[in-house]
Amino acid sequence: MKKLLISLFVFHFSLFTHAQDMTTLIAKVKAKLDLVTDYEAVGHMKTDVSFIKAPLGKVKVYFKKPNKFRLKKEGGISLLPKGGVSVNMSSIIATNEFVALAAGESVIGGTNTRIVKLLPTNENSEIVLTTLYIDEANLLVRKAITTTKENGTYEMEMNYGNFSKYGLPDKVIFSFNTKNYKLPKGITLEFDDSEKSLSDAQKLKNKKGRVEITYSNYIVNKGIADAIFVK
Amino acid sequence: MQQIVQVTGLTKQFKNLTAVNDLSFSVNEGDVYGFLGQNGAGKSTTIRMMLSLIEPTFGNIQMFGMDLEKHRREILRNVGAVIEKPDVYKYLSAYDNLQLFARLSGIKPTQKLIMDQLEMVGLRNRAEDKVKTFSQGMKQRLGIAIALIHNPQLIILDEPTNGLDPQGIADIRNLILQLSREFKKTIIVSSHLLNEIEQIATRLLIIDKGEKLVEGNATTLFDPAQTIVEIQTLDNFYALMQLKGSKWADMLQKSNNNAILLKVDRKLIPTLHADLAAMRIQLISLQPRNSLEDYFLQVTSGNQHVDTYSN
Amino acid sequence: MWTLIQIELYKIFRRPRTYIAFVAIAALISIIQFGLKLDGKSYADFLMKDIGGSMEIDGNIINGYLICYIMLQLLLVHVPLLVALISADMISGEANMGTLRLLLSKPYSRTELLLAKFFASTVYTIMLLVWLAILALFVSMWIFGVGDMFLMKSSYVVLISQNDVFWRYAGAFLFATLAMITVSALGFFLSIFAENSIGPIVATMSIIVFFTILSTLNIPIFNALKPYLFTTHLISWKEFFDLKVNDSNEAIMGSIQNPQRIINSALVLIVHILAFLGASIWIFNKKDVLS
Repeated sequence: MKKLLISLFVFHFSLFTHAQDMTTLIAKVKAKLDLVTDYEAVGHMKTDVSFIKAPLGKVKVYFKKPNKFRLKKEGGISLLPKGGVSVNMSSIIATNEFVALAAGESVIGGTNTRIVKLLPTNENSEIVLTTLYIDEANLLVRKAITTTKENGTYEMEMNYGNFSKYGLPDKVIFSFNTKNYKLPKGITLEFDDSEKSLSDAQKLKNKKGRVEITYSNYIVNKGIADAIFVK
Repeated sequence: MQQIVQVTGLTKQFKNLTAVNDLSFSVNEGDVYGFLGQNGAGKSTTIRMMLSLIEPTFGNIQMFGMDLEKHRREILRNVGAVIEKPDVYKYLSAYDNLQLFARLSGIKPTQKLIMDQLEMVGLRNRAEDKVKTFSQGMKQRLGIAIALIHNPQLIILDEPTNGLDPQGIADIRNLILQLSREFKKTIIVSSHLLNEIEQIATRLLIIDKGEKLVEGNATTLFDPAQTIVEIQTLDNFYALMQLKGSKWADMLQKSNNNAILLKVDRKLIPTLHADLAAMRIQLISLQPRNSLEDYFLQVTSGNQHVDTYSN
Repeated sequence: MWTLIQIELYKIFRRPRTYIAFVAIAALISIIQFGLKLDGKSYADFLMKDIGGSMEIDGNIINGYLICYIMLQLLLVHVPLLVALISADMISGEANMGTLRLLLSKPYSRTELLLAKFFASTVYTIMLLVWLAILALFVSMWIFGVGDMFLMKSSYVVLISQNDVFWRYAGAFLFATLAMITVSALGFFLSIFAENSIGPIVATMSIIVFFTILSTLNIPIFNALKPYLFTTHLISWKEFFDLKVNDSNEAIMGSIQNPQRIINSALVLIVHILAFLGASIWIFNKKDVLS
């Protein structure tokens, strides 16, 4: 009995120290991200969703602390995973309302990372669970998997380059699950023959969607008017 | 005198109706050619065939010495027509209609020509009015102006007095006489009313049920001394053969299986009687008619015509 | 021949009826534009509600380009009526008015007359589509501005870059013109049989509506029939608004998913036009004019 109690205690303790570790790590990452109060970035967006045909588009991305985010596409219309792209690193760890748990280590793109699971303490949080793969040496989040209540699970993979000192990625890849898309032909007034729609249906079997944004330049901490974030 | 129209063996069959049957006639230059027959006798069908609106089943139409089928364009350039109702574009003015049809007839009319033409038919002061505001008589006159605008040699008027009041009828009659006398036009005018035709026609053709009854000069046809004689025999074919070879041949009008018609001087009827006997023609009856008018009234026995005629 | 064409055009454009079509198009389009200008936001929200539940659209999709597309789709039913209003009246109207017999006794062949009339009704059709393009495309571009074009198809959505749209409209309007000339040829063909214009107009519309229903129904027996119905091909202008994608599912600018389908449809329509016109000439030349 005593043994059991001890072991339980030890287990608790180790868990606690790990959590402490992770919280510190997150705090460090956050401190690095906090260096950026705002940024404006230009880049290209590529949408790869089975039922979407969209060309490569030029985008401008604006961010301002604490969680203002805006993506503007040249031509005006962008197709984004629901509630997805605006979930960026800063906003995920902007609050302190989570418990950070260590969940091992992994190698992402040749870099050793620590796996950290963030559990929101707020019951009403939209996010259920976030898993971060953190490059401890450079204090960069390489990969984040976020499970939300309403919009499923997203995966974000980030590659860093020139702006790694600010914790800003050169390339972000969002992966997410897509549901079926279908409109009756009566509404779209299509008289297509059935073979054609069959092959489209086959395409739809790939239910994983991807949105890639490749940033070519950032302008950091030069100040951004709030008006930009008003839709 | 030049033959303007020569129709030979003209036949038109609609599904199970023979509208015109083996019709032959000719119109000479300068004629006012009266084309008489009751409604449905085949006048309009014949006129439409002459304008290439209806294709003949058999027969041939020559105009100005040319075959209509082969030289349609040259022939029609020289023909002006009012076919039944004088229908024109109601949403256009009299002036615009005249200009349009002039161009269709192959001429580029000057404003003066159009106004002169409207003057002639008494529509000068209505030139700019839309045709839908016109009375039947005004439309009829505009129709005639359209038929005349390109100065054709031959004018075909199909029932030009239909639906007109007595004054309108008189106006048209005077216009036809003027065209004939002053402008030396050849005119074919159809009617179901004999009295209308007899006042203006120089030559006359009467048809009934698509067949020719009488053709000839108005002066001789209307000569009170001349009488139409209808002969019925046991063998009309034989009788006809005999008559054709005799001195009576020129007087033969029309023949069919039922009767043979001859136009003879009243005084010659006894001689005819004797000759028929001499030719061994087995006579059933020989019936003189009083006059062409009398005869026409009989063949066109519909009451309405008599009523109209009595006006 | 040139005289005949001039006269036929003169007749068409001197008739009040002709302008009904232009007024009708202007009225329909301005109502839609007015409505979208006032309440475009909610219409956009309705359209953008969700696509497949997992994506959302950011930006204003209600721009001149999309509005023109919506209008072309809506007017698909109306424009044939307006085209038939004139083309199905070309011969029958003259027969009804009584001018046909006078016209045909003029020194022109019936073939020439029919060609002139068909040409004139084609000019009318083209002008109607130019009018439609001015109002539906250019005026919408002016009122609502331009931007990317977002289209929802039955099994996928298409996003076309704004600088990749205009030439597609040029193609679409050219194709729509061909489609409407086919309708015009059908109306024209039917007009030689009647002596009033209502019959051929109603007949033309009935044929189009009936065939369109067959084209829309997704029933296996009818599917075999579809490629042979001209109504199936009338809407192939839409093919201009579908892009090819490369291996990484990225839409290729300036591409058309099924260019062959546009060519096939155009050929089918041209064959229909020639057949209707040829049959009209052949039958009309043998016809006795009794009107």
